[in-house]
Amino acid sequence: MSAAESVLEVNNIEVIYNKAVQVLRGLSLSVPRGQIVALLGSNGAGKSTTLKTVSGLLGLENGELTRGEIRFEGKPLAASKPHELVRAGLFHVMEGRRVFEDLTVEENLVSATYALTGRSGAKADYELVYEYFPRLYERRNGLAGYLSGGEQQMLAIGRALIARPRLILLDEPSLGLAPLLVENIFQIIARINAEQKVSMLLVEQNASVALAVAHYGYIMENGKVVTDGPAERLAADQDVREFYLGMGGHGEMKSFRDIKHYKRRKRWLS
Amino acid sequence: MDFDWLFLTEIVFAGLGAGGLYALTGLAFVMIYKATRVVNLAIGEMLMIGAYLCFGLATAMNLPMWLAILVAVIGSGMAGALLERVAIRPMLGESPISVFMVTVGLASILVGVVELIWTSEPRRLPEFMPSAPVMIGEAFVPPKVFYGFLVAATLIAVALAVFRFWRGGVALRATASDQQAAYSMGINVPRVFSLSWTVAAMIAAIAGVIVGAVGGISSTMGVFGLSVLVVVIVGGLDSVLGALVAGLLIGVVESLAGGFLGGEYKLLATFMILIVVLLVRPYGLFGTHEIERL
Ligand SMILES: Nc1ncnc2c1ncn2[C@@H]1O[C@H](COP(=O)(O)OP(=O)(O)OP(=O)(O)O)[C@@H](O)[C@H]1O
Ligand SMILES: [Mg+2]
Repeated sequence: MSAAESVLEVNNIEVIYNKAVQVLRGLSLSVPRGQIVALLGSNGAGKSTTLKTVSGLLGLENGELTRGEIRFEGKPLAASKPHELVRAGLFHVMEGRRVFEDLTVEENLVSATYALTGRSGAKADYELVYEYFPRLYERRNGLAGYLSGGEQQMLAIGRALIARPRLILLDEPSLGLAPLLVENIFQIIARINAEQKVSMLLVEQNASVALAVAHYGYIMENGKVVTDGPAERLAADQDVREFYLGMGGHGEMKSFRDIKHYKRRKRWLS
Repeated sequence: MDFDWLFLTEIVFAGLGAGGLYALTGLAFVMIYKATRVVNLAIGEMLMIGAYLCFGLATAMNLPMWLAILVAVIGSGMAGALLERVAIRPMLGESPISVFMVTVGLASILVGVVELIWTSEPRRLPEFMPSAPVMIGEAFVPPKVFYGFLVAATLIAVALAVFRFWRGGVALRATASDQQAAYSMGINVPRVFSLSWTVAAMIAAIAGVIVGAVGGISSTMGVFGLSVLVVVIVGGLDSVLGALVAGLLIGVVESLAGGFLGGEYKLLATFMILIVVLLVRPYGLFGTHEIERL
C-alpha cells in the first residue's frame, strides 16, 4: 500500500521506558485513510505504549523511541510536541478516559477546542457532539467526575469530535463498561468513522467487538505484531478465535464450560 | 462596664483589610500550585520584589506613581516568567520536596538582590492613595486599608471571572486536573505553566505595592508570605475559594488577637487556626479530595 493512501505509517519502532525496559521491539503497522484499524493483544503487550509513542505522550512517562520511524500523512513525526500533533489532526483518546473530573461536561469539551488552534476557519461544533451523545447534552452543566463510566467514555470521544482530527487513536473504549453499552459505543464509533471521514487506530482487549467494526486488524504480542489481516479474516481465523476471542472450536461453549469449571473449583477452595 | 463595640468594629475592619491582601496573595499562590503543583515558598519575596521595583521606579527614576506601579507589575510578570523558565521548569518531574527547596533558595536570592540594591534599611513608598479619612458607619477605617481592600477585592473578582469564563481558565484548570490529558487536548502545557507564574507574579506585585503603602517596605517584608502560607494551607492548597475565605478569616483573627491580647499573640492565633483546621480537615477547608464516582 502506498504512503499516500495511509494516514499513519509506523515502521519498525522500538521503545524503551526509563532507559531500561524495552517494551516495543520492531513494531510496524499502517492505517489506511478512512479506515478503522484494530490493534489487539493481551495485557502488557504494548498496545497503549504504541499509541503513546504515536501521539508523543510517551515522553511524559520517561519513555523513548530508540529506533524506527512514524509518519503522519506522509510527514515524519520525529520531534513534534504532543500538543502540536493534536493541532495537526492526530487525537489520542487515552486509556481510562481521563476526563477532567472537576470541570463540567461542557468545559471538558471547551478544553478540546485548543486542538483547533492555528487552523483557519475551524469552529468548535458542540451540536455535533450532542447529536452523537444526547446524554451529554442533558448533563452538560454537571461535573464530569459525577458521570457514569459510560458517559465519561462518551465525553472522551466527544472531546475528540470537537478537535476535528483526521486520525483518532482510541485506547480501550470498552474498558469497564457493561456489554450492552459497549455495543452502543462501538456503533457510534463506526458511525463517526463513516460520517466524519476520520480514520481510527483502535486498541482493544475485547477483540470480537473491535473486529466487528474494524476494517483491518493487527495482533501484537511482546512488543511486536504477530498476525495481521482484514478484520473478517482475523475474526474467522481458528487460532485467533482460540487465543484472542476466548472461543475454542465449539464457539462460546468452551469459555462457558471454563466458567462453570472455575466456579466449581472456587467452591472447593472456600 | 460597657463593651466597646466601636473598637471591635474598627478592629474587624482592619482585619478584613489585611485579610483582603492575604486572600489576594493566596490567590497568586494557588494559581501557581494548581497549574504546576509547586509549593512556592518565595511568594512573599515575589511580593517584596514588586514593591521594591515600584519604589525604585518612583524614586530613582522619578516616574509618576501610577506609571511606576504599572511598570513594576509588568516587570514582575516578566520576572515571574523568567523564574519559571530557568528555575522551575528544569525541575519538572523531580520530587516535590526538591522543587520546594528550589523555591526556598529563590526566596533567599530575591532577598539578597534587594539588599544589594537597596540595602536592608526600611523604606517608605511615595504616597499615592487618597488620604481623606474613611468612615463606615461610626467606625474609622484607615484610608490605605480601605482602598487596599477595594483593590484586592476588585482584582479577586476579576480573577474569578477569568477562571470561570475565559477559555484560558479552562486550560489552567484542565492542566491542574490532569497534565497528560491536557496535552492530549492540544493545550500547550508549558505555556500554561509560564502564564500562571507570570500572572501570579503580577498579582503578588500589586499586593506588594499595597502592603508597602500601608506598612512600608523592607527586605524582611517577605515574612508576609508566612501568613499567606498558613492561609493557603488552611484554605486547601488548590482551592481559590479556600484562599479567599481563609485569607479573610486569618486577617480578622490576627487583628482581634492583636487588638485585644497584644501584638505578640497575632502569630500564635494564626498557628492555632492552622493546627485546629488541619486536625479537623487534613486537606484544608476547601481542598480537593477525589470526587467519588457514581
Ligand atoms: N510509564 C511506564 N514506565 C515503565 N513501564 C511501563 C510504563 N507504561 C507501561 N510500561 C510497561 O510496558 C509494558 C506494556 O505496557 P502497555 O501499557 O503498553 O500495555 P498494553 O498492551 O496497553 O496493556 P493493557 O491491555 O493492560 O492496557 C508493560 O509491561 C508495562 O509494565
Ligand atoms: Mg493499555
